[in-house]
Amino acid sequence: MSESHSLFSLRGVSKSFPGVKALDQVRLDLYPGQVTALIGENGAGKSTLVKTMTGIYQPDAGELRFGGELISLDTPEAARSLGITAIHQETVLFDELSVTENIFAGHYLTRARSGRLDWPLMHARAQQILQDIEAPIDPKTPLKFLSIGQRHMVAIARALSFEARVVILDEPTAALSHHEIEELYGIVRRLKQAGCAIMFISHKFDEIFAIADRYTVFRDGCYVADGKMEEVDEAQLVTLMVGRTVEQVYPKVEAAIGEPVLQVRNLRHPTEFDAISFDLHQGEILGFYGLVGAGRTELMQALFGVSSGVQGEVEIGQQAVTIRSPADAIKAGIVYVPEERQAQGVVLELPIYQNIGLPQLSTINANGVLSDKAEYALADGYARRLQVKAPDWREKVGNLSGGNQQKVVIGKWLATKPKVIILDEPTKGIDIGSKAAVHAFMCELVQEGLAVIMVSSELPEVMGMSDRMIVMHEGLMVSEFKRDEFSAERIVSAATGG
Amino acid sequence: MEKIMHKPLLPRVSLSYRLLSWEFFLLLITAAVFVINSLASPYFLDPWNLSDASFNFVEKAIVALPVAMLIISREIDLSIASIIALASVAMGFVAQTGAGSPLIMLAGLGVGLLCGLINGLLVTRFQIPSIVVTIGTMSLFRGISYILLGDTVMKDYPQDFAYFGQGYVYAMFSFEFVLFLVLALVFYGLLHKTNFGRRTYAIGNNPTAAFYSGINVARHRLILFVLVGLVCGLAAVLLTSRLGSTRPTIALGWELSIITMVVLGGVNIMGGSGTIAGVFIAVFLMGLVTFGLGLINVPGIVMSIIIGGMLIGVIATPVLLKKFRNRKPAP
Amino acid sequence: MKTLLQNREVLLAVLIVVLALMVGLVTHDFLLPSNLLAVYNDTSILIILALGQMLVILTRCIDLSVAANLALTGMVVAMLNSAYPEVAVPLLVLAGALLGLILGMINGVLVWKLGIPAIVVTLGTMSIYRGIVFLLSDGAWVNAHEMSGAFVSIPRTELLGIPVLAWVSVIVIAVMVHFTRQRRLGREIYAAGNNPTAAFYTGIQVGRLQFVAFSISGLLAGLCGYLWVSRYAVAYVDVAAGFELQVIAACVIGGVSIMGGIGTVQGCVLGALFLGVINNALPVIGVSPFWQMAISGAVIVIAVIANAKSERKTGRIILKKAALQSH
Repeated sequence: MSESHSLFSLRGVSKSFPGVKALDQVRLDLYPGQVTALIGENGAGKSTLVKTMTGIYQPDAGELRFGGELISLDTPEAARSLGITAIHQETVLFDELSVTENIFAGHYLTRARSGRLDWPLMHARAQQILQDIEAPIDPKTPLKFLSIGQRHMVAIARALSFEARVVILDEPTAALSHHEIEELYGIVRRLKQAGCAIMFISHKFDEIFAIADRYTVFRDGCYVADGKMEEVDEAQLVTLMVGRTVEQVYPKVEAAIGEPVLQVRNLRHPTEFDAISFDLHQGEILGFYGLVGAGRTELMQALFGVSSGVQGEVEIGQQAVTIRSPADAIKAGIVYVPEERQAQGVVLELPIYQNIGLPQLSTINANGVLSDKAEYALADGYARRLQVKAPDWREKVGNLSGGNQQKVVIGKWLATKPKVIILDEPTKGIDIGSKAAVHAFMCELVQEGLAVIMVSSELPEVMGMSDRMIVMHEGLMVSEFKRDEFSAERIVSAATGG
Repeated sequence: MEKIMHKPLLPRVSLSYRLLSWEFFLLLITAAVFVINSLASPYFLDPWNLSDASFNFVEKAIVALPVAMLIISREIDLSIASIIALASVAMGFVAQTGAGSPLIMLAGLGVGLLCGLINGLLVTRFQIPSIVVTIGTMSLFRGISYILLGDTVMKDYPQDFAYFGQGYVYAMFSFEFVLFLVLALVFYGLLHKTNFGRRTYAIGNNPTAAFYSGINVARHRLILFVLVGLVCGLAAVLLTSRLGSTRPTIALGWELSIITMVVLGGVNIMGGSGTIAGVFIAVFLMGLVTFGLGLINVPGIVMSIIIGGMLIGVIATPVLLKKFRNRKPAP
Repeated sequence: MKTLLQNREVLLAVLIVVLALMVGLVTHDFLLPSNLLAVYNDTSILIILALGQMLVILTRCIDLSVAANLALTGMVVAMLNSAYPEVAVPLLVLAGALLGLILGMINGVLVWKLGIPAIVVTLGTMSIYRGIVFLLSDGAWVNAHEMSGAFVSIPRTELLGIPVLAWVSVIVIAVMVHFTRQRRLGREIYAAGNNPTAAFYTGIQVGRLQFVAFSISGLLAGLCGYLWVSRYAVAYVDVAAGFELQVIAACVIGGVSIMGGIGTVQGCVLGALFLGVINNALPVIGVSPFWQMAISGAVIVIAVIANAKSERKTGRIILKKAALQSH
């Protein structure tokens, strides 16, 4: 198909952030009445692209064309006025405001003469849109009372409330149930018929094959390929996406599995999860899989002592422990590499060696007086072992790339000599080289007798790395698989409540 | 990787270079003010005059030291001046009973500590932003002083109590001034040379990551609030001793000049960065400006315009410079 | 489903009534309609300022300079009046409001364009504005006899048995109710304060709304400058010193969240009335006015604790049974 038919096209678009080039000279075409799947691993630059296409980020270089015209999207407003709308991966909405207001915020409907807001009309419209997508939500409810799935439906309703010409769906199904996903497919088909150009981002190939007409593949912030869906198969797409064949990606090494290290019995929380019981053995990588919002992160944070209101028993090496704070967890030998690396994992303004030394200042400097030398020496060992790329361990962590920041977090925890290390989405938003390094390192750790819990939303990653897998759905453990029982179909079915 | 040499204990370039340059900048201004003052008034350079002038800012400067640490940890205390007032009132009552100086001093320190503890507990237990808590306690503590004293004055302080605020350790070096120097050293050590100081920076930069690293963020901040309260109690001792009397309006509006000193010293009001050295220089800068203006008979309230302007100007300047620089086309 | 916020406003209203009744037990005159009207009239300025402050707090900022703004505009209109008694009072009121608007815009620009924290900006402008009052007046007072008759009498003039001052506050309340519910700008202020990131994604400019909020707060402070000076028939440097604390207290008591995005006009008005009843009741029940400061301080502290408890995040609702319970 020639370029003249494309409704929205990008050429040579680049965008950099300190320490990382998120988009490097990428191209993309969206055609009216067609669904284009954007395929790429975490960190391929998809979310940055979405934000560039919706006026949230301004590209450093390159051009955007809409209906053949050169455009610049300086604000989200500018994108919206062209009919470009997106449902973002993290649903960013207003907790305190009503569903109606969440749908119409920023483009309120007003009465022509007085300029007053037309609430009856907005409520009615909201009701209509929600009905169309079969989301039975009262539009007057404050958003804070809705579940995660419902919030996602509100986000979708919001996108549909515009006169949309380009609709971008950034992993829209990550938090949806089977039924809701079917609804979504229906919406996408209707938008197609209405002549909208649709961009669909998903990790799930069955979805992509079910709904997309075209594909575009990104890898590490670069454009790799595009074409029609009927001309490719899944294996080819995967190869394009990761740049090599799948077997090479996960360097799984089986380690000797020993005694149980961590025993969890009936761990529960009033709103987040319930009846969680499992054992974790020495030398084992235990994967936790589930939809976004299934309660995995909440469970891990509870084990690490972050949440309050948690009940149940936790034993470390047959010894009951009470964990009320991260300090308790660290003392018991449980450490947590958080998903939100920059918000929870590292102190960006502090140098590498001070980040690594932070959890155990009292051990390094028993008398309370800082010893730069001792701290540096401790950090030196771990930073070298993890091959953190920096001129010096005095470099601010904020100046490192995402992958190297992640290595600093892991190094910080290894320095505390833990028994259990929990990795929450350990490769989210990091480049492919660091990814492989993190995976290889996980294998090394279990060979040394550590026990690892890995939470991931990337099914190939969990399947590739885990010895055993627990699937969660709506805060509950729904099934458990041994490595030789792994089947993508059964796992996904369990995770979506099937 | 092998090619990279890891030399421990190299000077950190990026961060301290910037801070150093801010402190250097401050030092230059301070020197300039010093020269202007000495040209403007023949009385300025007299050591005894300088020593007298130091009384006007040393008490505030002492409070600025723990407040700097508190602000670095991403909290703030607007009730400091009210704590000083309440501590002073407490000392007045103890003095009325005929108690000696040690007991009076203890009362001041104790009340200061207690006020700090109240602030700290409210902030950490109920997770309320410190700005609102301390706006509330600012009028609560001052209000209690008003209730207790009304429009009366207390001045029954024993003779030897005057030493704290009026005595000299050696020649023209007053007790207050020497105490400030000692405390500046102590706080320098605490912030820059101990685990406690490191944790303060970590918390100020990223409280969540600090908490996830096993630091007891709430307890740490509580300690800082108590420390601020305690030092306010100390300042109350010095101020009350120097004035020889207590009114409920004592130290009115000091929170503004103390916070200005801290911000002028390069402490980021949003937390995470700042040094004691910067605050130390800023204290002298403000002292000299105030002294100089006093020499040319500028009234006190006009001084507050200048202090307010300095507070905004100091924070706005780097932002404006950055904007201006960014506007220039990249080469 | 009743939200805590609604409960809170009812609670506050009940509390005010109970408080008034208790004072009425001591002095029966307190409950006379004429006295209650006087109490409301006396609280009018606090109500107006609190509504401006509420907008600022909704956007996650704070305006400590309102009282200084009021003192400066009050002094300017008083001096203008004493120098040019022939100029019509409405013109002076307009000038005061405009000056207040400009002072508010200065705060807003510093917050919006330079990204300086609101507390720093307004802590600074608070002492600058107050200092300028001194520079203008040279520390002197403008007394009643230097003001024109109309200047002093307008706020006291009664329309339908209610003083103009009270009418002004009623009008401001009505306008604010309309603004916060029926106007795009008003709703965007809530959105911006509730979730600045989401607001940005939806094309709402948070900084611009902070500027708008500061401007309105300044405008209302300017209006109150005239109202205050004419009501008390005197202008001097320390007019309304420390009054910003009462204003913030009124907001916090009324359930305005200092974290932004939460707060209603009616809550805010009730918060101001609560303080107004206390302030008026103290002398009636024989408590020294020296108590006033401590009481408003204590009330701020208690109110923020109450707010913090009701606003505490309960975490995500993931479990089905928990989701069912919350409805």
